[in-house]
Amino acid sequence: MTQPDNAAIAIECRDVIKDFGSGNAKQRVLHGIDLDIPIGATTFLVGPSGCGKTTLISIIAGLLTATSGSVRILGQEITKMRGGRVVRFRANNLGFIFQQFNLLPSLNAVENAAVSLVVRGSTLASAKRQAGVLLDRLGMEKNKWKYPNQLSGGQQQRVAIARALVHNPRIVISDEPTASLDAETGHEVMELLREVASGVDRAVVVVTHDNRIFPFADYIATMSDGRIHTFQKNSTNLSPNEISTDQR
Amino acid sequence: MFSIAMKMLFHDRAKFVGLVLGVAFSTLLINQQLGIFIGLISRAGAVVVDVPEADIWVMDPGVKNLDTIFPLRDTELGRVRGVPGVAWAVPLFKSNVTIRTGNGELEASLLIGVDDTTLIGLPPQILMGNIDDLRRPDAVAVSEEGFRKVWRGQPISLGNVAELNDRRAVVVAIVKDSPKFTSSITFFTRYSQALQYTNNGRNQMSFIVAKAAGDQTPEAVSANITARTGLKAMSSPAFRWKAIEYVIQNTGIPISIGTVVALGILVGIAVVGLMFNLFVLENLKQFAVLKAIGTSNLRLIGMVFLQAAVVGFVGFSVGLFGATMFFETAGKSPTFQGFFLPWYVAAGSGAVAAAIIVLAALFAMRRVLFVDPAIVFRG
Ligand SMILES: Nc1ncnc2c1ncn2[C@@H]1O[C@H](COP(=O)(O)OP(=O)(O)OP(=O)(O)O)[C@@H](O)[C@H]1O
Ligand SMILES: [Mg+2]
Repeated sequence: MTQPDNAAIAIECRDVIKDFGSGNAKQRVLHGIDLDIPIGATTFLVGPSGCGKTTLISIIAGLLTATSGSVRILGQEITKMRGGRVVRFRANNLGFIFQQFNLLPSLNAVENAAVSLVVRGSTLASAKRQAGVLLDRLGMEKNKWKYPNQLSGGQQQRVAIARALVHNPRIVISDEPTASLDAETGHEVMELLREVASGVDRAVVVVTHDNRIFPFADYIATMSDGRIHTFQKNSTNLSPNEISTDQR
Repeated sequence: MFSIAMKMLFHDRAKFVGLVLGVAFSTLLINQQLGIFIGLISRAGAVVVDVPEADIWVMDPGVKNLDTIFPLRDTELGRVRGVPGVAWAVPLFKSNVTIRTGNGELEASLLIGVDDTTLIGLPPQILMGNIDDLRRPDAVAVSEEGFRKVWRGQPISLGNVAELNDRRAVVVAIVKDSPKFTSSITFFTRYSQALQYTNNGRNQMSFIVAKAAGDQTPEAVSANITARTGLKAMSSPAFRWKAIEYVIQNTGIPISIGTVVALGILVGIAVVGLMFNLFVLENLKQFAVLKAIGTSNLRLIGMVFLQAAVVGFVGFSVGLFGATMFFETAGKSPTFQGFFLPWYVAAGSGAVAAAIIVLAALFAMRRVLFVDPAIVFRG
């Protein structure tokens, strides 16, 4: 298994095991995961359906507790944190993008994007100002005041990207961000994600099936049956410029 | 965070309105029914209320309430006056009489005979006429409601003649009395005149009303009177309460009203509890998302309670406004005359609304508390 060379590590998984159920119904979903995810890069986690990708990133995000093993994020052992601290850690350091967008239907685009700041204690008004700027960068100037049910899937995912980034987290976790979108929109969304999310001190983790977006990966980890098989620098990786040219 | 909670709450208009109406319905029912209940049972003691000058009521030892009367001998008046601590004592006559109305119909009415010399026993509020005219032969005063019933459609005026048990009665004054439990027609006249209307001869004192001397309590003087004369004597509030108690114990009013109030509370709890639960259930994914991106359980519970509190406050306000409007308008009709919304009923219904809301929120809170934030990654 290749490890990222001379790059700082954002997420360090050691022998992570996860069992669901108990007794006869016990099922081991993760069989001792060892994985280092570098900072300043986009890492894709790919593998067949049911191999445990979502389970792994849920554990990384502190939404699920591992049966055993250790997960260090930005040097902190998240598996040992107690409830309240994990929640605060998430609010401060993580941004999420989901396949189903998961926007709040009662909030308009700006308010939805602002939620991550409000969760950290900002007032809604100041949070909305920052969220508005970010939405502009994501090409949402005209749709800022629309509600989720008035937006297309691609537009909703842009709002979700804004929500994941507005509080400037060190780590962005995304599960199948393009799976609910058509190929073209998915490509656009990934382009935007790469443009606004990538940074030298930020790690972006993308779980995906969609090999059409593989060119956006810096590193690709392949997984099957609850194990990491390969971890490689992505040879087909295209620079943001190339991808853009490719599109036009 | 709390503004987000509010946006969530108002987003589903229909559910919000439903929740508010649930609380409002409960509040309205409780206030309206208890207001009516208190208004109704208060009427049982109205005759006592209409004699504010007196603070002691003396009666035959067997008398239990204002409606079952046994006359006292005329000599008892002197004996009561002789009891130490009695400042003054006067006779009061009370009887039911039949009256023929302007259009020939018969109506039950109440006849109160007040002391000839002092006229103690007349209600304090005289709307029209001069009470000294009561000293004239065949003179009566009539309650305002009574006038409207007997002389339907006529403007309030003096000089009308009624027949009380076939005897002439000339209206010389209109008074405002407390609404009675049984009849809304009350005639007031001198004690001696009242005896003629009922022509029952002597021994017609229904009650002796008295006043305790300045330095003594009515209760102490009442005890003195009983000790010295063997008659039953009670302070005005005690006697009034006895009359009310009699209605509570001997009519179906408390049970029927209690049932409605209990139903109001139960329906409130059931409707609001279930609907609020549904509201939280429908928004569970949103709560899970908020949890996933870093909202603490405490905050989420705070959001749920705030949402519930807003529902409770708005619902209670709407319900209380409805009840107030009811008593404002209904209070003007003769049937509900004098009915009002006691502050303690309003406060009590507020406590009930708060309890409903807290129950609903506690019930729904568990869901938010235990929702697994990991579901955000699943479809
Ligand atoms: N809460 C749970 N209880 C029991 N089993 C679970 C639970 N969550 C996931 N699993 C099981 O764990 C395995 C891995 O699921 P996971 O969702 O991590 O797969 P995945 O790689 O994300 O798949 P997909 O690509 O289809 O999203 C599956 O067999 C699934 O049935
Ligand atoms: Mg998955």
